[in-house]
Amino acid sequence: MGLWCVRKVRNDLGRFGPTVVFCFSLALFLLTVSDAANAIPAFARKYGMPCSSCHEAWPKLSPFGQQFKDNGYQMGNDRDAPIFQSPAYWPVAFRITPNWHLENSQNTPVVAADGTPVVKSVTTQGFDYTGMDILTAGTLARNISFLLVPSSDETGAFHFESVNVRLDNLFNSSWFNIKMGKFELDNLLSEKRILTLSSNGGFYQNYHFQPYIAPGQPSSLYVFGLGDNQLGLEWMGHSKDDRTRLSVSLLSPTDGNPDFQSGVGGAAGNTYDVYIAGSRAFEAGSLGLQRVGGFAYFGHAPTFAKYSSTTDGTPIGGTGAGNEAYYRLGFIGMWYLHKLDVTTMYFYGHDNIYLGTGTPGDGTALPANAHAPSWNGALIETHYTFNPQMIFINRYELIRMSQQALSGNPSNTGNVDALTFGFRYYPFISSRAGFAFHNEYSIVWQRNININPTTLLPIGLTSSSVMFGFDFAF
Amino acid sequence: MQNNVHSKFCLNIAIALLLPLGIAAQQADQPAAKPNPHMESHIGDLTGHSEAGARLYYRYCWGCHGARGNGDGENAPYVTPQPRNFTQATFKCRSTPTGTLPLDSDLYNSLVRGFNFTNMPSWIALTAQERADLVAFIKTFSARWVTEKPGTPIPIPAEPKLTVESIKHGGELFQKLECWKCHGQEGRGDGPSAPTLTDSNDQPIRPYNFTTDNRSKCGRTNQDLYRIFMTGLDGTPMPSFADVVKPEDAWDLVHYLRTLQYNNPSPELTLWEGTPEGKTIVAAKKVENTNTGSGVKP
Repeated sequence: MGLWCVRKVRNDLGRFGPTVVFCFSLALFLLTVSDAANAIPAFARKYGMPCSSCHEAWPKLSPFGQQFKDNGYQMGNDRDAPIFQSPAYWPVAFRITPNWHLENSQNTPVVAADGTPVVKSVTTQGFDYTGMDILTAGTLARNISFLLVPSSDETGAFHFESVNVRLDNLFNSSWFNIKMGKFELDNLLSEKRILTLSSNGGFYQNYHFQPYIAPGQPSSLYVFGLGDNQLGLEWMGHSKDDRTRLSVSLLSPTDGNPDFQSGVGGAAGNTYDVYIAGSRAFEAGSLGLQRVGGFAYFGHAPTFAKYSSTTDGTPIGGTGAGNEAYYRLGFIGMWYLHKLDVTTMYFYGHDNIYLGTGTPGDGTALPANAHAPSWNGALIETHYTFNPQMIFINRYELIRMSQQALSGNPSNTGNVDALTFGFRYYPFISSRAGFAFHNEYSIVWQRNININPTTLLPIGLTSSSVMFGFDFAF
Repeated sequence: MQNNVHSKFCLNIAIALLLPLGIAAQQADQPAAKPNPHMESHIGDLTGHSEAGARLYYRYCWGCHGARGNGDGENAPYVTPQPRNFTQATFKCRSTPTGTLPLDSDLYNSLVRGFNFTNMPSWIALTAQERADLVAFIKTFSARWVTEKPGTPIPIPAEPKLTVESIKHGGELFQKLECWKCHGQEGRGDGPSAPTLTDSNDQPIRPYNFTTDNRSKCGRTNQDLYRIFMTGLDGTPMPSFADVVKPEDAWDLVHYLRTLQYNNPSPELTLWEGTPEGKTIVAAKKVENTNTGSGVKP
């Protein structure tokens, strides 16, 4: 959907501006974020272990890989510090996915060649490639680890997806690990290690959902994604066997953007967000390791810029004002039944009334019948790992608005259903490089998010992706 | 009569000559013992199954230990010391006497602990059942698990009270048993024999350096240390001293070895540093105020 919007509607920034902006933002997000997954052959080369040790199917971590990550990319033996490595060893890996994909969007408001606004189904297809991740990670010294991921979109424009240093096992305890920089939140269901890559299936809907103000009016004051890497400081602690994990993060409210700018390009507020996550795993005989956990993000977003530049009028970073709150809560379970594993997640979101209605908190009156929007979400993701070389994937997500921002909205405005399935086949497993035949289909239904230009009534959007790719990392 | 005696004598000679040939022929007809592809392991209440262990082995282990368990995985050429060859069923860390098979729990504990100073990590992130399954599968690589039974664990008597005399006596034993020839006078693993040592695969092997860590390959407790030199580390030059060291002497040796680990606080080191002699010796070994921050202890 995102790619289609970029290609077909980029000149129609007038009447369908909100939809175009939304689609463009989504496309930009997909191109820059969805492929920033961490499967790092440099680790396999360092320790001489096959990908399948740390990944059930890369990039999805196994419990052993999760413990390795939580221990600061360390095995815990004397081979962790770089001083024990060959001086020629360089902890760098690359990942990119040449692919063929088809994108279809139904019920899409567009402008026809004769200038007439119409609703059409639009399909595009062809060969393509994703952005590239340069994955550099490892230890600077024993118990000091780092992750640096310069990441490009498909045009080669780079940004820093991850930049962090972690002090591990402080006081000789696995309960004291401090990380600073830009990093992925401690999400058990990692979007950076997602097994699906397409435009519609390459991210978790629940992690990025923001309610519509009204049909045709997407959220406008802030951008936040629980799956986005964030800037801040994280304390993380875990038991030696990684069965119990806890973390608390103090974060700048920038959605990971530098220079104190928020995700929509405005000034971030001079505040801090907090993210808390915890989980506990338990053994269930021969079934495997089961894990349950919860997470909560308490965020703030400015509703207007306090100061702007005298030269070009752009907001000065970090001076956003009228901060209003939002939060996301969730519970997650990861259930293993031999080769079958199922991840279940419940999600709840809430935006302050100003954020929900796009109203600046500078004294501007709220719209009539305004409410603080809230919603519930759920996810069930199933994997059947036939063997380390073959994994089948299925995911269904739903989002249901429980409170619309405006009373006049249809009650299901913004509701989402998303289905993704596919499989990945790894022709070889080695300790040097990774390669997967990637196959995926994804479809997303969004209710009443657009306005039919002919009838002026709310309409939904259905978008789908088919993708075949050669996903490789080396 | 004489003929009878003569006949019996000849018959006995014939039997004596032919019997070995018959036995040899019989043995030649018997097939050599083969590994059992269906093995179980028993660790406490856990029963491991080799079929389940195979799936885990070919996910986690084969890169080093090889598809056939003979230590020739694709990464083996780059690993020092070389990965264990399971077809030999020779294991360093055992609770059983030298030359015997270990208990299932010995192998299980090795998976939990990992081996410091090698590429073998701790597999504590796996479930207990998965580790038991892996132990069962590892046993399918050698026929020894079919033809032999694990040895009887050596007894470990209660640790006697720690005294300065015990430490000093342990130091005398360290000299008398010539531990220093491999481990060095200060326990740095740099004794005169150290450069010549090889393991059972003719690969160079370095004696344990007591000064770097308090984690030996087979565990970090005093009981683990005691067990190591009473069982020996099979496949390495480290022999078993069970026949030459009395239990009380072995404990004295344990107490002395702890004082060599002068970078790791222990009751033995504290007691030893509390004596003028010990304080002088330990202080002489330490290199302080280097401000390198390298984490590599001198």
